[in-house]
Amino acid sequence: MGEIRLMMGNEAIAEAAVRAGCDGYFGYPITPQSEVLEYLMAENPYERTGMVVLQAESEVASINMLYGGGAAGKRVMTTSSSPGISLMMEGISYMAGAEIPCLIANVVRGGPGLGTIQPSQSDYFQATKGGGHGDYYLFVLAPSSVQEMSDFVKLGFEIAFKYRNPVMILSDGVIGQVMEKVELFDPIPRRTEEEIIKECPWATTGKTPDRERNIITSLDLDPIRQEKHVMHLKEKYDKMKEDVMWENIKTDDAEYLIVAYGSSARISQKTIDLARAEGIKVGLFRPITLYPFPDKELERLSKQVKGILSVEMSLGQLVEDVRLAVHDRVPVEHYGRVGGSIHTPFQVLNALKEKIVNKY
Amino acid sequence: MDVKFESWKEIIKDENIVFKKTKVLTDNVLSYCPGCGHGVAHRLIAETIEEMGIQDQTIGIAPVGCSVLAYEFFDIDMQQAAHGRATALATAIKRLYPNKFVFTYQGDGDLAAIGGNETLHACNRGENIVIIFINNGIYGMTGGQMAPTTLEGMVTSTSPYGRDPQMMGHPLRITELVAMLPGTYYVTRQAVHKPANVRKTKKAIRKAFENQQQNKGLSFIEIVSNCNSGWKMTPVEANKWMEENMFKVFPLGDIKVDGELVKEL
Repeated sequence: MGEIRLMMGNEAIAEAAVRAGCDGYFGYPITPQSEVLEYLMAENPYERTGMVVLQAESEVASINMLYGGGAAGKRVMTTSSSPGISLMMEGISYMAGAEIPCLIANVVRGGPGLGTIQPSQSDYFQATKGGGHGDYYLFVLAPSSVQEMSDFVKLGFEIAFKYRNPVMILSDGVIGQVMEKVELFDPIPRRTEEEIIKECPWATTGKTPDRERNIITSLDLDPIRQEKHVMHLKEKYDKMKEDVMWENIKTDDAEYLIVAYGSSARISQKTIDLARAEGIKVGLFRPITLYPFPDKELERLSKQVKGILSVEMSLGQLVEDVRLAVHDRVPVEHYGRVGGSIHTPFQVLNALKEKIVNKY
Repeated sequence: MDVKFESWKEIIKDENIVFKKTKVLTDNVLSYCPGCGHGVAHRLIAETIEEMGIQDQTIGIAPVGCSVLAYEFFDIDMQQAAHGRATALATAIKRLYPNKFVFTYQGDGDLAAIGGNETLHACNRGENIVIIFINNGIYGMTGGQMAPTTLEGMVTSTSPYGRDPQMMGHPLRITELVAMLPGTYYVTRQAVHKPANVRKTKKAIRKAFENQQQNKGLSFIEIVSNCNSGWKMTPVEANKWMEENMFKVFPLGDIKVDGELVKEL
């Protein structure tokens, strides 16, 4: 049993970074995730593990610091919130193209534009469909508890290095700010330079006489070679399906289904209990990886239900993947508050009745 | 033919060789235009790395611009950065590997326009890196557009009637700007168009890498260079034009040495 603490989601990410053997954190303040940088600065992990923490001049700089560190084989991460993540899209695209592992957490707030500092889930498209320019995908993890904020840092680094690809933790202002009990995993030591050279023979660690020089770039002016490279990336994205994650909650006898991730999944869990108290047999399907999306698993489950409600704090982004997964064989509707407003379990219940149960 | 070849072989003997290409440059053919200063600047950096024996400890960063393919020419580990972001990459690499040597190689559009913020803040933090800044007053690779360092009145493809400072701003002397920051340790402006200048630039590059070795802080070397293709001149004309015009706005010489300004700004 690991150490148990009461922590805010943002603090859990920060503590997990130190414990996950992270080599460098580069960040820029933005609400509602500034506690990550604040926690790390106060914690001074350089003394604990040798981990570097730097406040960059912008999100543009911090993501490019990840490029530099990740391309040299180091475990590097940043956190931000929606407007800051938009600024990072250039660097993220370059890292996907150059196959650089890194971990990025987005503690989402409502947009568009400066929007609000309140929670939202309106960055789903940006996170799961690439986000920046070019053909690429991030591996996207969606925590729905402070526990998962911590666990997914460790998992995120493993996935990032397994696929040499940026990994995003898509959280939101609820999970970032809420305080919960969390069981922290035991610290993993930072890798030595010898270990990095062994595990990441591609990394720019200095050209020793025993090997050719390592070049990290996303550029290839030859379209035939560039096509080959993009097809190589595609094979990688296909392979990521091996690591797809999801959770079924009370779905065994379900006649209706709610699909929700992150904080909406937590809210919907309460809705399920409320609905079942009224005799409505509803279950919850929670995608944990948003890319790769657990489409096969959802499709299987959809065959037993009469209708699906996709619940998310957005105008309807996740719902598109839900519809694609079930091929419109089952009615799928969307419900969600937007602009930083959070739906209550009762609002979700009413939507479930109005849009699904009373109709199908 | 055979006779000629044999006589050539007579001359090229080990004992007669007084100069050869450094092993830190690859055998790839340079992608630069004939007469361009990039090739010489590359050679000086590569020679310095060889002479200091740090080939296995050096990580270079290529920008976006004519030198985007610099990693094809240096036989060292290199990263290619997004436009303007080289110093952000360098910051992280150096902080995560304090014992390695890290340098960026950037043009004026990359370093002074789109990367102005990253440049300024890396300099202000005093990152222990070397920045090599090639200033030819124009965007070379994209085809001769106006750069922040384009001279007043200078014709480019995006200032076809000459740069009008009222409308397009003034030539940016970013080297003087970073020299004023307490974070910079060594700031100098050099050129590579004449043997004497090449020698001075070589010394400056050596000094910069030694500064990094001794953890002195950030060294910033501007190399004023020509762009005969972009300026639409012959290489000879371009060098003459550079001396007569560029050096007036971008005067050569040390600006800051050992953390002290040596020139009035």
